[in-house]
Amino acid sequence: MLNPPAEIWDLHTHLSGVPGRTPDEKMVNLLGFAERMGIAKQVVFMGMEFSYEPTPEKFRQENDEVLQALSHYHDRAFGFVYLNPKFEKESLDEFDRCVVNGPMVGIKLWVAEHCNAASLDPIIARAAAHKALVFQHTWIKITGNLPGESTPMELAELASRHPGAILICGHCGGDWELGIRAIRPHKNIYADLAGGDPTAGFTEMAVRELGVERVLFGSDAGGRSFASQLAKVYGARITDDDKRLILSGNLKRLLTPILEAKGVKV
Amino acid sequence: MNAPIIDVQVTLSRWPFRRLPLDETPALVEALQSHGITQAWAGSFDALLHKDIASANARLVDECAKHGSGVLLPFGTVNPKLPDWEEDLRRCAEDYGMRGIRLHPNYHGYALDDPLFARLLQLATERKLIVQITTAMEDERMMHPLLQVKPVDVNPLVDLLPTVPGARIVLLNALRTVPAPILPKIIGAGEVYAEIASLEGVGGITNILQHMPAGRLLFGSHAPLFYLESALLKIKESPLTDEQLNGICRENAARVLAA
Ligand SMILES: [Zn+2]
Repeated sequence: MLNPPAEIWDLHTHLSGVPGRTPDEKMVNLLGFAERMGIAKQVVFMGMEFSYEPTPEKFRQENDEVLQALSHYHDRAFGFVYLNPKFEKESLDEFDRCVVNGPMVGIKLWVAEHCNAASLDPIIARAAAHKALVFQHTWIKITGNLPGESTPMELAELASRHPGAILICGHCGGDWELGIRAIRPHKNIYADLAGGDPTAGFTEMAVRELGVERVLFGSDAGGRSFASQLAKVYGARITDDDKRLILSGNLKRLLTPILEAKGVKV
Repeated sequence: MNAPIIDVQVTLSRWPFRRLPLDETPALVEALQSHGITQAWAGSFDALLHKDIASANARLVDECAKHGSGVLLPFGTVNPKLPDWEEDLRRCAEDYGMRGIRLHPNYHGYALDDPLFARLLQLATERKLIVQITTAMEDERMMHPLLQVKPVDVNPLVDLLPTVPGARIVLLNALRTVPAPILPKIIGAGEVYAEIASLEGVGGITNILQHMPAGRLLFGSHAPLFYLESALLKIKESPLTDEQLNGICRENAARVLAA
């Protein structure tokens, strides 16, 4: 939909919701659909079955599934390590296993703990020290958040304590007109476009209020389609240069330091 | 994908909660045409909340005539909770020559087991009107706090449709609100179609065709509330046969319209 076609890096994909019985089968199917949609590289996190409050055993198992899925595709996919800040020591150990001593390049935090909690501080500090990205799921639900589910406003609190960390506001809070405002003052928070309906105007507002450099394409496939999420970029009334930054340029820039530290050519 | 497309779900005028990039009709029509959409069935956002729905329908007809470039087919709205709604239905059919109507039961405060709906469906079918039922306009989780609207429960159609022979129903945004396992029961209850605007999941069309026949699936974009490219990219994401593709993009809708 761009001429020449844009390089696309997808910030946000999962094994869950993709057909297949094993991580390898799921990965083949996920990459098959991604290839149809012109996606060159993708970030994968969390295991074959999601868990709101994973025990250390559970998050290790999920990360093993991702490591297995990545094992044949280091040229096409990256991993973020799934952690639960309620288990601080085990989370730091798992970060070391998967990021410091393994191939992963970021952290995924979901709904186990509110992201303004003090228990996140050592994890975020460790991520920043290793230039790893921190992806925090956020949502603002008028129907009520899950007990441990974070908002973009809570992520803003975390960002002010960790100005050197690279934080990504997952789903931009779902209610993006609020989420974009909440993260706007914090230059180290980036907007993830993934995982909500392809509501027109979302990307335009993100670019207008945050600057294009802070906006990242993600799909949240398999739960979402690549199509509905790519449409947020292709359909936006922004320049083609801005679309290219959102589709891959920005994520590439953010991942370059940690990839280079691991000896991966970008 | 070069064959012309029929889009069974676009909406004119103003979404109540924000301005949309394509909410001026000429801009919408230009976007539709630039993507090969040669016909689009158009409702009005005004129909959601306006009590003077007769004027909303009149404006819709006017807008389609003035700016539709032969692409837009007006689908007026009837609210059976309003006094003398039968006159709105008559105007849609007789005065405007519409091919169908679009209902918003959740915004208008009735369920599909309400006898009023049965009567409306009967009268619309006698007038050979297609009946579109929008089950949801947007994700409930992000609705305006003062206007939270639950999705329409379509289960009552199972008992109702056999009593209204000839009824043609097009469900809008139902592939998010109706769980896939109960879809066969709903689609099988009569001549019921669904469109892809809010269908999600990787390879969404491939997946949904395991629950419903391709002959009942239509192309719908939900533009301009949704980016038009979403539906267009969905037909690319799933590997489909030419027959499936032509049916979904055009032939199924053309058949519904011709009936
Ligand atoms: Zn996700």
